[in-house]
Amino acid sequence: MTTADLLGKILQVVMGLAVFAAVVGLLIFFIDKAPKKGRDYWQLGLFLLPGMLFVAIGLVYPAIRTSLLAFQDNSGDWTLDNFIWMFTQPAAIRTLINTVIWVALAPIISTVIGLAYAVFIDKSRGERYYKVILFMPIAISFVGASVIWRFVYEYRSGDREQIGLLNALVVAFGGEPVQWMQTAPVNTILLIVIMIWIQTGFAMVLLSAAIKGVPTEQIEAAQLDGTNAWQRFRNVTVPGIRGSLVVVFTTISIATLKVFDIVRTMTAGNFDTSVVANEMYTQAFRASEIGRGSALALILFVFVLPIIIYNVNVLRKQREIR
Amino acid sequence: MSSVAPAELPIDRELADGEADELAETQRGPKAARVKKRLTSRTATIASIIIAVVWTIPTFGLLVSSFRPAELIRTTGWWTIFQNPGFTLENYASVLFSTSSSSPQLGAYIVNSIAITLLGTLITLVFAAMAAYAFAWIRFRWVNWLFIFVFALQIIPLQMSLVPLLQIFSTWLRPMQIWLHDVVPIIPEQNYLPLWLAHAMFGLPLAIFLLHNFISDIPADVIEAAKVDGATHGQIFFRIVLPLATPALASFAIFQFIWVWNDLLVALIFSGGTQDVAPITQRLAELVGTRGQDWQLLTAAAFISIIIPLIVFFSLQRYFVRGLLAGATKG
Repeated sequence: MTTADLLGKILQVVMGLAVFAAVVGLLIFFIDKAPKKGRDYWQLGLFLLPGMLFVAIGLVYPAIRTSLLAFQDNSGDWTLDNFIWMFTQPAAIRTLINTVIWVALAPIISTVIGLAYAVFIDKSRGERYYKVILFMPIAISFVGASVIWRFVYEYRSGDREQIGLLNALVVAFGGEPVQWMQTAPVNTILLIVIMIWIQTGFAMVLLSAAIKGVPTEQIEAAQLDGTNAWQRFRNVTVPGIRGSLVVVFTTISIATLKVFDIVRTMTAGNFDTSVVANEMYTQAFRASEIGRGSALALILFVFVLPIIIYNVNVLRKQREIR
Repeated sequence: MSSVAPAELPIDRELADGEADELAETQRGPKAARVKKRLTSRTATIASIIIAVVWTIPTFGLLVSSFRPAELIRTTGWWTIFQNPGFTLENYASVLFSTSSSSPQLGAYIVNSIAITLLGTLITLVFAAMAAYAFAWIRFRWVNWLFIFVFALQIIPLQMSLVPLLQIFSTWLRPMQIWLHDVVPIIPEQNYLPLWLAHAMFGLPLAIFLLHNFISDIPADVIEAAKVDGATHGQIFFRIVLPLATPALASFAIFQFIWVWNDLLVALIFSGGTQDVAPITQRLAELVGTRGQDWQLLTAAAFISIIIPLIVFFSLQRYFVRGLLAGATKG
C-alpha cells in the first residue's frame, strides 16, 4: 500500500461521509419545509424514503428476481432444469444431505451444551469469567474461526511430528494420523464442530439470562416438596425458559442453514463437504450458472421459512398465556 | 402490533434485567452468593471447567503459535513450547509490513475493513433511525402494514439478493465509479461504494425493527410537548429522539460493526478482491487458499483479523450482549 493508495482511501471515506451528511441534511431540510397541505404525509414519506429505497433495491426486487431466475436457464427460457439438476445430480444431492446433517446436529448440540453450561455456572463464583470464555468466539469471524480450527485439524504425513492438536491426540493414543479435511464423512462433522464452537456461547448467554428470569419462589417451592436438582431443572427451569429455548434453537438453525464462510474457507466445498449456501455461491459466481444458484437460494429460503413460522407461532402462544 | 412478537422477545425487559441482576450479584460478593442456594455440585463444576478449557484451547494454540518461529511451528506442536522454546515477532512483522508481492500485506486490508465498517454501520444506523421514527411517531394506518412488511423482510436470506443486486450495481453504480476515477484519479475504479450500500441494505430491516421498539417507547408527552412548542419533525428527531435513543443506537452500532467486520460473503461478491477494497476477512480466506501451509503467516494474520472485534467485544461487552440478544434474527 503506497501513500497515494492510503490517501485515496481516506479521501473516499471523507467524501463518503460528506455526501452522506449532505443527503441527510437535504432530507431534513425538505422535511421541515414540507408544504402545509398534507404536511404529515410529506414528512413521513421523506423520513421513510432512504430506508425504503434501500430495502426495495437491496431486498424486495432482488428476492423477486431471484425467484424468477430459478426457473430460467442461462438464455432466459423458462425451465425446471435447475430443480431437476438439484434433486438428481449426485453432487447436488450430497449438498442437500450435508445441509440437513448440519441443521440436524449444530443447533441441538450448541443448545444442549450452552444450556448445561449455563446451569452449571449459574450463581457459581467467577460466573462472569466462565461466560466470557464460552462467549468469546461470537466476536471472532467465521473465517478467523476456520483458521483456528484448521490448525487443530492439521495433518502431517509419514513419521513427522504432528502439529495439529487432533492428530497429535490420535497419535498419542496409538492411532494413525488422519487427513481430516479430505476424509468424508468425518470432515463434515469436524466442520460442524466449528459452528458449534461459535454458536454455543450465543445459546449460553441467552439461556443464562432466561434462567435468571425464572422466579426463585418456584424453585424454592419445588425444593420444599423434596425434589432433587434434576427434577427441579426438568420441571421448573425448562418450562420457565421454553420461549428462550425456541428462540435460541431456531436462531442457530437459521444461521446453520446459511453457513457459508466455514465451508468456503476450510474446504471450498470439496471432498463432499459442500452445503447449499456454499454451492449457491459456487454455481452463481464461479460457474456462472445463475439459474442453479438462484434455485439453491430459493431452496434456502424455503428451508428457512417453516422455522420462522414455527418461531412466530410459539412466541405468540406464549404471549397469549401471559 | 402484537403480531410482530418474535423479535420483541430478545429485547425483553426480563432478559435485560436478568443481566443487570447478575452484575449486581457479582458485585455484592460472597455474602449474597452464600444466601442463594447453589445448584452447582462438584460434577457440574468439573464439567464446566472441562468445557471452558476445550473452548479456549484452539484460540490459545493459535495465539502461542503466532509468536513462534516458522521452523518450530513447522516441526513441533505448540504444546511443546517448553521443550522447544522460541519467541519471535517476525511473523507479525512480515504479515503487516513486508512489501514483497507474495506476502500478505495486511495493512491495506485493515484500512479497508475500517473504511467499510465505518460507513457500513453509520449509513444503516441513520437511515434506520429515521425510518423507525416515522414508523413510531407519524401515524397512519397503512404505515403499520408497511412496518410489518419491513419486519418480515428479515426472513429473506442474503443469498436471495446477491445475483440481482450485483447486476444492478454493475449497471448503475459501475459507470459512476469509473467516472469518479476519471475525475479523481487517486480513487481507484473499484471503490467502497458497493460495499457500503450493500451492508446498509442488508442491515436495515433488523435495524429499523430494533430501533422502532426503542423509539416507540419514548413517552408521547415528550414528543407532544415539543410539537406544542413549535418544533418541526426534523428538530424533534435530532434534538429529542436521537439523544434519548442513544443506548439502543450504541447497541445496534456495535452489533452491526462486528457483523460487517466479520463478513465474508458480501465482500467476496461486491469488493472485487483487490487490495483497493477487499476487507481483511477476504484476504485471510484467500491466504488459506494460497499459503495454506505457511502457518507462521496464517496464525499471525488470523490473530490480527480477530483482535479488533475482540477489543470491541471486551470493552463494550454489555452493549454487545444487549445488541446480540436483540439481534438474534439477523441474517
